[in-house]
Amino acid sequence: METAISVSSLVKTFGKTRALDGLDLEVATGEVHGFLGPNGAGKTTAIRVLLGLLRQDSGNVSLLGGDPWAEATELHRRLAYVPGDVMLWPNLTGGEVIDLLGRLRGGLNQAKRESLLERFDLDPTKKGRTYSKGNRQKVALVAALSSDVELLILDEPTSGLDPLMESEFRNCIEEDRAAGRTVLLASHILAEVEALCDRVSIVRKGQTVESGTLPELRHLTRTTITAELTEDPASFAATPGIHAFHLSDHRVDFEVDSDRMADVVRSLAPFGVQSLVSHPPTLEELFMRHYSDDETAA
Amino acid sequence: MSDLTGAWSLVRFILRRERIRLSVWVAVLALVPVATANAFIGLYPTEASREALAATVASSPALTSLLGPLYSSSIGGLTVWRAGTIGAFLLALMAVLTMIRHTREEEETGRRELLGSTVLGRHAQLAAALTVTIGAGALLGLVLTVGLVGVGLPLAGAAAFGLGFTGVAVAFAGVGALAAQLTEAASTARGIAVGGAGIAFLLRMAGDSGSEGIAWISWLSPIGWFSRLRPFAGEEWWVLTLWIALGFALTLGAVAIASRRDIGAGAFPPRPGPATAGPGLSSPFGLAWRLHRGSVIGWTAGLGVLGAVYGAAGDSIAGMLEGNPQLAAIFEQMGGEQGLTDTFFSAVVGIIAIISSAYAIRAVLRLRVEEEDLRAEPVLATATPRVRWAWSHLIFGVLGPVLILAVAGALAGATYGVIIGDVAGQVPRVLGAAMVQLPAVWVLTGATMALYGLAPSRVGLSWAVLVVCLILGQLGQILQFPQWSLNLSPFSHIPFFPAENLEALPILILLGIAAALTAAGLVGFRRRDLG
Repeated sequence: METAISVSSLVKTFGKTRALDGLDLEVATGEVHGFLGPNGAGKTTAIRVLLGLLRQDSGNVSLLGGDPWAEATELHRRLAYVPGDVMLWPNLTGGEVIDLLGRLRGGLNQAKRESLLERFDLDPTKKGRTYSKGNRQKVALVAALSSDVELLILDEPTSGLDPLMESEFRNCIEEDRAAGRTVLLASHILAEVEALCDRVSIVRKGQTVESGTLPELRHLTRTTITAELTEDPASFAATPGIHAFHLSDHRVDFEVDSDRMADVVRSLAPFGVQSLVSHPPTLEELFMRHYSDDETAA
Repeated sequence: MSDLTGAWSLVRFILRRERIRLSVWVAVLALVPVATANAFIGLYPTEASREALAATVASSPALTSLLGPLYSSSIGGLTVWRAGTIGAFLLALMAVLTMIRHTREEEETGRRELLGSTVLGRHAQLAAALTVTIGAGALLGLVLTVGLVGVGLPLAGAAAFGLGFTGVAVAFAGVGALAAQLTEAASTARGIAVGGAGIAFLLRMAGDSGSEGIAWISWLSPIGWFSRLRPFAGEEWWVLTLWIALGFALTLGAVAIASRRDIGAGAFPPRPGPATAGPGLSSPFGLAWRLHRGSVIGWTAGLGVLGAVYGAAGDSIAGMLEGNPQLAAIFEQMGGEQGLTDTFFSAVVGIIAIISSAYAIRAVLRLRVEEEDLRAEPVLATATPRVRWAWSHLIFGVLGPVLILAVAGALAGATYGVIIGDVAGQVPRVLGAAMVQLPAVWVLTGATMALYGLAPSRVGLSWAVLVVCLILGQLGQILQFPQWSLNLSPFSHIPFFPAENLEALPILILLGIAAALTAAGLVGFRRRDLG
């Protein structure tokens, strides 16, 4: 697997605040990688280090095979970026900004520009100060997506978009994936990440707490099982790997560590299973688990 | 009065944000007239010496046109003439800029929306900005009255001087309030309001130019009213009502527009622009030109007019100075020792140079504005090297003053040349004198860049550097500061060319300092974190 982005043990402090505290991130070439975390987890800081806007205190960062700080200019020709807060020049039109940013990057695909303007239903003749937040976001998206680059770095690109535009955005990313582009998508919209991303990294307090494909991540956590039994399952409660056990009549609810699944199902069988429902964890549950850890730790 | 709900909390909020800026404005605007009065007491101790000066001033259209008419040969009357009208003009600028910063700029940046969703009346923002601006004017009036009485001037005149300044603040707070309602862009509103103050100054300049027939024109100008209030010369107190009436009428107009329009909108609807970028918008420099062109053209035009006016005044001033050793002494303190016309032009280009330094600082500070408003980030995420991006704005701080001084110097030389019939000779002379100022201006450009690169959160200190240079240059000798402190200003090392010979060494040293500061700023900026 070729890597587009490789970050290890990245540390960045602002005064006494440790914004990044040993962050790791591996993004393979050609994948859409979800970068998840609650507000203030360090996603934007990490992206700014990747763009060479901030210099890391320690750790290794490699972007498209280069050093994002020392080789910023050359690397930036090969990537496009959509910031989380898009601010435009009040007296430039959206169309002018799209062209300017494209030219500064080294070129723009005119056909793509036109089709994206249409798909995102964006009026390029309006002045920057008259755009709404969603429309400013669209200007930045069109500017980034209409360039033929290897890597897209998107920082919460859909936070101001309506559902229709959000689904259009997903179509665009699917096309970019098909075209072989690498995408780093920072987001906290879980449905979006679940629908788009090949792999996911979850950050919390400046550290990566989980990383992998969604099935892999699910494997690391607990599956919820509900079963109806003919025998009294009282003795079953002691089975290792079982959590949050509830018994009501002959019905049991419990959570299972994913790696104990086989053992637990085997030991459940003697109790006369009449029905069995199993829920793999949703991304939301994965996320909430780390998020609430965050809360309790705080 | 639910329209005003929350205005008091906004007033406190504005005062918190303005505590340094407004304090500096008020302190400088109060200090200059008081220090001038004090200097006149030393320079003209006798009645006879003051009357001689008054007679010359009265016979010189150029002097009354530049500084205002002289109605009394008392110390107070001379102070009104020397410092009153110019101070009133600067105060007008303070008032309109403060008003627009806290009304239209808040709306343009969207901060108003955030506040507007809280419990805040429709006109609370306007009312709060007016309260702070007029409050600053009232405080300035009080400080001036106390200060002028403190140096020994009569209470009635001192109070008229102070109240007159308060009146100017009231009227121009109204000008700022109205201008802020007209356009969506704060920069355009600022242009309209500053233009209004400039027109008011030019109107009274025409009215005070000495011809009886057109003296009434000064009554059209709220700045002209200041001398018509006649502080220390038989005060005409009713003139105060003019400012109040004008301020009230303009504020009513602003409220009327504000009641009808949407938040964020102006009285003029925005026009759509081009759907694609022209060929000029292909580099960081192309972008910077779009962002700077309005202000560089505006400053060049404004200072060009000022240069032309000074040039036209040159001949009569020179003639008058030759007959008046005391006034010549004033100009010698501002300038050199010999050749009174040359001294006059040295002083003029010195003033224009320090004003163009204000432009240079503003131009370089645009870097910080772009960075703080998150507009630098998308540009620097493209294949634009940091140093090139920094230069795209810095270049306006370097070449902008060249353009401004060239135009102002050439126009001053041209109008003077037309009057004395020697255009070909005078244009290069005055133009040269203006160009000689550039190394000192560039030191301030470099200092601003150094602060931006090395201590970005302290970059506002560059204004303090300018104020120090201004005070040292314009008042240092009158107030008899020690020589070492005068030497701190780069402008004090510029030879008084054409009055004195051109010395290369100080110019080379200043150029070296400017280059070193700029380089330090660029290196610091390349190494530091952004944002």
